[in-house]
Amino acid sequence: MAPRFCSLLQKPPTSVGAGKKVGEYPIKKTNAIDPIRRARIPTSILPPPPFPHSPARFDLLRRLVSPMGSASENGVREHLLDVDGGEGEGAPAAVAGMPKIRVRGLSRRSEASGEEILRGVDLDVPRGVVVGVIGPSGSGKSTLLRALNRLWEPAPGAVLLDGVDICAIDVLALRRRVGMLFQLPAMFDGTVADNVRYGPQLRGKKLTDAEVQSLLSLADLDPALCSRPASELSVGQAQRVALARTLANDPEVLLLDEPTSALDPISTQNIEEAIVRLKKTRGLTTVMVSHSVKQIQRIADLVCLVVAGEVVEVLPPSGLSEAKHPMARRFLELS
Amino acid sequence: MLKPLAATAVVGMAVALSFTQRLGLEGEMLYAIARSFLQLSVIGFVLQFIFTQKSAVWILLAYLFMVTVAGYTAGQRARHVPRGKYIACVSILAGTAVTMFLLVVLSVFPFTPRYIIPVAGMMVGNAMTVTGVTMKKLREDVKMQRNVVETALALGATPRQATLQQVKRSLVIALSPVIDNAKTVGLIALPGAMTGLIMGGASPLEAIQLQIVVMNMLMGASTVSSILSTYLCWPAFFTNAFQLNDAVFSD
Repeated sequence: MAPRFCSLLQKPPTSVGAGKKVGEYPIKKTNAIDPIRRARIPTSILPPPPFPHSPARFDLLRRLVSPMGSASENGVREHLLDVDGGEGEGAPAAVAGMPKIRVRGLSRRSEASGEEILRGVDLDVPRGVVVGVIGPSGSGKSTLLRALNRLWEPAPGAVLLDGVDICAIDVLALRRRVGMLFQLPAMFDGTVADNVRYGPQLRGKKLTDAEVQSLLSLADLDPALCSRPASELSVGQAQRVALARTLANDPEVLLLDEPTSALDPISTQNIEEAIVRLKKTRGLTTVMVSHSVKQIQRIADLVCLVVAGEVVEVLPPSGLSEAKHPMARRFLELS
Repeated sequence: MLKPLAATAVVGMAVALSFTQRLGLEGEMLYAIARSFLQLSVIGFVLQFIFTQKSAVWILLAYLFMVTVAGYTAGQRARHVPRGKYIACVSILAGTAVTMFLLVVLSVFPFTPRYIIPVAGMMVGNAMTVTGVTMKKLREDVKMQRNVVETALALGATPRQATLQQVKRSLVIALSPVIDNAKTVGLIALPGAMTGLIMGGASPLEAIQLQIVVMNMLMGASTVSSILSTYLCWPAFFTNAFQLNDAVFSD
């Protein structure tokens, strides 16, 4: 099967043509066999351009595996989210044509059983987007996420941040740049303010009360919570304090490991809104692992399907029904 | 030799009670008593020999032997800690050696076998218990609160910063008995060193002086040993890239 190319244009169309609306992005899928089809993605889900003068164009390149599971023509399965750099000449080299995170051939075996957890994962995460990672339990989603900030050690050259091997970056600096939120929020001893101040304090910087309150607001929390003991918070509040605490380090990337799986629907909505707001206001690159397909469809710009330690599909949220991999289809049908 | 043999009558009572109550501890009791009798007899002859020697080498050899056995025992208690026996040995050696050095330099004790070996024995025994508990508790706490530790690591903390709460808790638990002992000394029970001196004919005031020195040195040696053991545990608990070592916390 020939590779499919799908380009998401950042710039809204200037004229209203047939089948197009102002403020919507046409997705053109070209295939040797299939006729040209069009889908629309509302402007609201796409990130702001990284630079005012360079509307970025996101090229979503995916080589789909045939239903029988054989690899594409060159014998290699590739599931890449490539960012084509902005046209503006002033764009720095780090941004132009380079994804925020690039994963190549990431593999891991279980030390206990020797079983493969990740099998040569290839993935590019564009800057300023929310990438949702979904798949069955035990498929390696969390392991993939933990490799991105070296909570487990990937092979040298397997994970690049802004084109630099993360194994070559000082691990403490890396973890400040790539923040992580876990499934269950762990609160440290002390008040909410003490928790929010934790990260900057590690490197000798003390946040003012105003800064703490501003971070709490950013995480959709009442700034008056500052002086409250962290142990008294509900799980939903604790998760948002954990988000504020992570944001206190001013990260470039946010890794979310099922951050709402232990929360009630209202708390879940609060977290989701905070994530979307952060993408819009800060252009924060986010990689979010979730079991909920509906949640991913609500907030993700791109969806990455992981099955048995492999990235088998990378699709826009609206195109999940087009997944080709049998296990991925089964997972999506049952979700 | 008649007195110790006569005292075994008390053990006979304990064995009889174990038998009648069907506790099944008779064999273990008899083995323990026989072993202690044998060990103490051998140690008695060894000490008799060392006390007659002029060379300091014998003091150091006896001291190193005690430290090695103590390190092995403490390491057994914390058997899930990689290289636990070495960590315990180094911690106990450092804690007791520093304390001993200070006591000798400050002329609290003369550097003679008659003083150094019994004093070292008390310190090493105490440091062994505290170090074993510290290491075991620290591993358990880090394992139990793995999510807290990993959250701290993910925020850019070093292993030391990430395990501060767990280290503090394990040290408090390990050192509490030593501190409580110091608080209640003489009120509940008269300590061994003091009792020995009084029974040996020394005046209670002399015995109390020595006991104060003993309490101080036990607290000093135990604190140094236990804190050092936490520092030495970090390389075993974490990788060079500040990740929790899965092999240590898997079971």
